Amino acid sequence: MLDKGMALFDTGKLLATGGVSQLEGAGGGGLSAWALISGYGTRDGVGINGHVTYVGVNDYSLWSEGAAIGLFDRVELSYAHATFDTEDVGAALGLGKNFKFDMDVYGAKVKVAGDAVYDQDSWLPQIAVGVQYKHNDRGAIIHAIGGKSDSGTDYYVAATKLFLAESLLVDATVRETRANQFGILGFGGDKDGDYSTQFEGSAAYLLSRKFALGAEYRTKPNNFGIAQEDDSWDLFAAYFLNKNISLTAAYVDLGNIVIKDSQHGVYLSLQAGF
Amino acid sequence: MKVRKLGLAFALAIWGAVLSIGIAHADDTLYQDLGGKDGLAKIASDTADNFLADDRIKATFDNTNMDRFRKLLGEQFCVVAGGPCTYTGRSMKDAHKALGLDNADFNAVVEDLQKAMDKNNIPFATQNRFLARLAPMQHDVVTK
Repeated sequence: MLDKGMALFDTGKLLATGGVSQLEGAGGGGLSAWALISGYGTRDGVGINGHVTYVGVNDYSLWSEGAAIGLFDRVELSYAHATFDTEDVGAALGLGKNFKFDMDVYGAKVKVAGDAVYDQDSWLPQIAVGVQYKHNDRGAIIHAIGGKSDSGTDYYVAATKLFLAESLLVDATVRETRANQFGILGFGGDKDGDYSTQFEGSAAYLLSRKFALGAEYRTKPNNFGIAQEDDSWDLFAAYFLNKNISLTAAYVDLGNIVIKDSQHGVYLSLQAGF
Repeated sequence: MKVRKLGLAFALAIWGAVLSIGIAHADDTLYQDLGGKDGLAKIASDTADNFLADDRIKATFDNTNMDRFRKLLGEQFCVVAGGPCTYTGRSMKDAHKALGLDNADFNAVVEDLQKAMDKNNIPFATQNRFLARLAPMQHDVVTK
């Protein structure tokens, strides 16, 4: 107890209550951002974690690496770098085989109300507001296909509640965004250049302290005239080995991406932190 | 657009399911599922053992009469689980106000209780039903 005052990295949260890292680096599920603050720091401590995520669908693949820091279970700062590989489609589009889009995402999230875990006597969820600034390195191509910008900012409000008596974690998130395919294809399009309101929903059933099964759904804008963009969803299993390491495996469906319909496949994510 | 409506339907279905489960649980048999008075006394005693073996919180009990503590913890568990018992100890607020406990301490207590319930073969879902009733005590126990 004496050295507690110095234990900044207290790993004092309960297992799994930091969530995992979503695609853009925020604490959440795989696709959706949650109101939970990343890492295992309590309101008296700090938690840090890094993630590596691979998404492999029929005609494309994506890697995301990043890190997040949770400050006093109140503020989360995150960074993620995503590399989207067009594989053979790149050649078909005349960009070249394995042409890649790279995107940086800088995120911040603040918990504004409630506690998802302790407030079991209330219906109030934990509520957080967040922002994600995204910059894509392929501005020229984005403009050529009708995109408005190579960078954009998403704003979201997330509500997350652990229904502990039911072993069920539920999240609902509303996002204001102009991003095409999460920002991988830039921001705004010829059909719609403005912000639109999108929805993210998740539910996870806790089978044990270490193992959760769940599903997510995330709507996306449809800004391009030349290519349909669909909603995305996944079915996931997350395994929390301990407070330092977790693994997530999912079946993910991203819908149409440019000239290829029904892009579905695997989502694998490793997260490590303290 | 069709898919977007599906997203909304998905969200509403989850909230609906959650609400109906919540209502269905209004009366339950948690006390029996935790082994009744004897089962809860055993869980309380094992939890107290875990506290004393837990480097994070054991110093809190340096001046505690553990026999009395075990008895009171058993009474409290019984009451919280919905059993026909009377808790004869102080309120949670009074009992903890001088201790200066933080959330990490509270979570350590939760983990020690989980370990005790594991030892007594309480299924995970039943453990969570019990923990859901105890979790709001964080408001009174944590003062730091």
